[in-house]
Amino acid sequence: MTELQLLTWARGTGLNIALSIFVLGVIWRLVEIYGLGRKQDLAPARHRDGASGWNTILRRSLAPPGLFKRSPITYIGGYVFHLGLAIVVFLFAPHIKLIQGLVGLSWPGLPSQLIDLVTVVTLAALLVVLWDRIVKPVKRYLSNFEDWITWLVTFLPVLTGYLAVKHLFLPYTTLLALHILSAELLLVVLPFTKLFHAFTSFGSRWYNGAINGHRGVPT
Amino acid sequence: MQGPLFDSFAGRGLSRRGFLKYCATLASLLALPPSAGRAMAEALAAARRPSVIWLPFQECTGCTESITRSHTPTIEGMIFDMVSLDYQETLMAAAGHQAEQALAKAVEDNKGKFLLIVDGSVATGLEGAYSCIAGKTNLALLKELAPHAAAIVAMGSCASYGGIPKANPNPTGAVAVSDIVKDKPIVNIPGCPPIPVVMTAVLAHFLTFGRLPELDRLGRPKAFYGETIHDRCYRRPFYDQGKFAKTFDDEGARNGWCLFELGCKGPVTYNACAHVKWNDHTSWPVESGHGCLGCSEPDFWDAGSFYKALSMPANPLKTVVPAAAVGVAAGVAVTWYNRSHKAAARKAHETAGVADLEK
Amino acid sequence: MKPEPVWVEPATPSVNVAALMVEITERLRHLLATGEDSAIDLGSLPLTPGDRDELAERLGAGEVSIRLVAEGESAFVETVFPGVWRVTHRNPAGKISLETIEIAYVPALVGAHREDVAAGLEQLEQDFSIRM
Repeated sequence: MTELQLLTWARGTGLNIALSIFVLGVIWRLVEIYGLGRKQDLAPARHRDGASGWNTILRRSLAPPGLFKRSPITYIGGYVFHLGLAIVVFLFAPHIKLIQGLVGLSWPGLPSQLIDLVTVVTLAALLVVLWDRIVKPVKRYLSNFEDWITWLVTFLPVLTGYLAVKHLFLPYTTLLALHILSAELLLVVLPFTKLFHAFTSFGSRWYNGAINGHRGVPT
Repeated sequence: MQGPLFDSFAGRGLSRRGFLKYCATLASLLALPPSAGRAMAEALAAARRPSVIWLPFQECTGCTESITRSHTPTIEGMIFDMVSLDYQETLMAAAGHQAEQALAKAVEDNKGKFLLIVDGSVATGLEGAYSCIAGKTNLALLKELAPHAAAIVAMGSCASYGGIPKANPNPTGAVAVSDIVKDKPIVNIPGCPPIPVVMTAVLAHFLTFGRLPELDRLGRPKAFYGETIHDRCYRRPFYDQGKFAKTFDDEGARNGWCLFELGCKGPVTYNACAHVKWNDHTSWPVESGHGCLGCSEPDFWDAGSFYKALSMPANPLKTVVPAAAVGVAAGVAVTWYNRSHKAAARKAHETAGVADLEK
Repeated sequence: MKPEPVWVEPATPSVNVAALMVEITERLRHLLATGEDSAIDLGSLPLTPGDRDELAERLGAGEVSIRLVAEGESAFVETVFPGVWRVTHRNPAGKISLETIEIAYVPALVGAHREDVAAGLEQLEQDFSIRM
């Protein structure tokens, strides 16, 4: 198989398979979670300022008191690479084209040189949080196979994408094929690992805030 | 510089200056430095006229059309001066039995020394019956002639990889020349069609140096297929800045911005269009405002739409919606099970009193 | 109904011309130091139409312009920098076959070749002896 044939497979059949598994997994899990429902709370709702789902989303997006001092790397590194991923994935023109090809929506992108810069920062942040996970004894103790593998499948698409755009080490066709394949790997792994937090974080935070807000406790 | 070839040129009125000028152009085409022109002149002047046999297989004649648009060196010049083109169905005056006799004689007289040029793919379905000349299948003809050739030139993407006949569903069982012939030096000159001067420059290289130029992994001359279109594209600064034309007539297109979003396959295509250009250095697809089709790459016909960017899906995604439906069904099924399990647990709940605890 | 022609802007110049000028400077230095000619093949460089205009402007035209007619016309135009020549070769059909910038005291194809001179002398002597 030549590199171009591999690339065509990655863009065609491979993408089909990966997206199908992704969609199947995400919808299944979401239906399962929300389908379970909760027992109705028959007590009357107590209203307190700051006790609601939306407030909790905001509060839990910020560092709880003391976290900043205790693990700044986790907090800052985490935010940096999450924001970086969002910017690179959703504001780089070829990616916008991909989304347009899939669902028909498109929006303006950022200049490619800016995306380059953000990519480098994202890669650095990912490496820093990995280093921190290895070096801090508690984090290392708590880490299992799933933690390492999810880091890897997140890191690889960013790395291969950067190498492809910069035409480094391997011919472009091969790099692009590897990039698309690594993204497909991420898609396939996401619904069945902790990466699913992409879909459950905000729902979870909202719900926690709502239950406790019903009882008059801001969380 | 002197030699038999130069003498035949001189007989036609070609001066030394003219010959040097021609060799300088040839050196430039072969991506050699301008200083190599002098060395080429010496070598070419001393060369002899080899026999060339051109076999047309399952082709559209586009490659012949393209090579006749070559002006450096001109195909006429090549035919009359540098090679003895003993068989070429479109260009030769003879036809029918006369033509077949010419072919047989050329092979006989030049056994082991002639250059075999093939354009078009080789049909293998129905034992090759899909494409025949004078009652003989192309497959049989190739197998018969290839052992006697000094080298084989596969002109165009069809001969190099299978080309358009090989595209899905390949009803004729079309294959490349290199899939049939395994024991001869073969140079692939892909393109649909290839750039005229690329075709003639490779032939000229063979004449000058007596061997084929340096080839890459897919058998293509590195001088012309060593870099991608993207690497030599003059619109590259726009790609690097992220300035893409969105439609064929918007502001970006008018200002010559990168055509990546309009489906340009330049980044994955190896060819010389970006610097050698077409029509004697006049222009080339991207300069005219249309993205590269990737026509010098294997199976480019099956590589997704010409107008979809490389980052877009190559084929429509058929199983995603059914997969979503399956996901919903599975989720609902599991939810139903979970809820009924919870309900059953609630039902089976027994209140415990102090007496039960003491049991 | 005729479609409206779409006006296309010529591409803006890029950094290629500056790099080219640096190379020309280097080669000119080399010529003065060693007497060795050299040439830069313009066809192999990614020059936008804007680049070509800028290059033409920077190089300008000097005192010498040579026209060679051999297998088509060729023009050797000295630029404002003596020793730097703009060379354009055309084939018999009038199309440009090669464009270079030559750095030499005299471009390579201009001088007469020894064999040609000898052949010309032979011809002259023959004519002379016949007349006599």
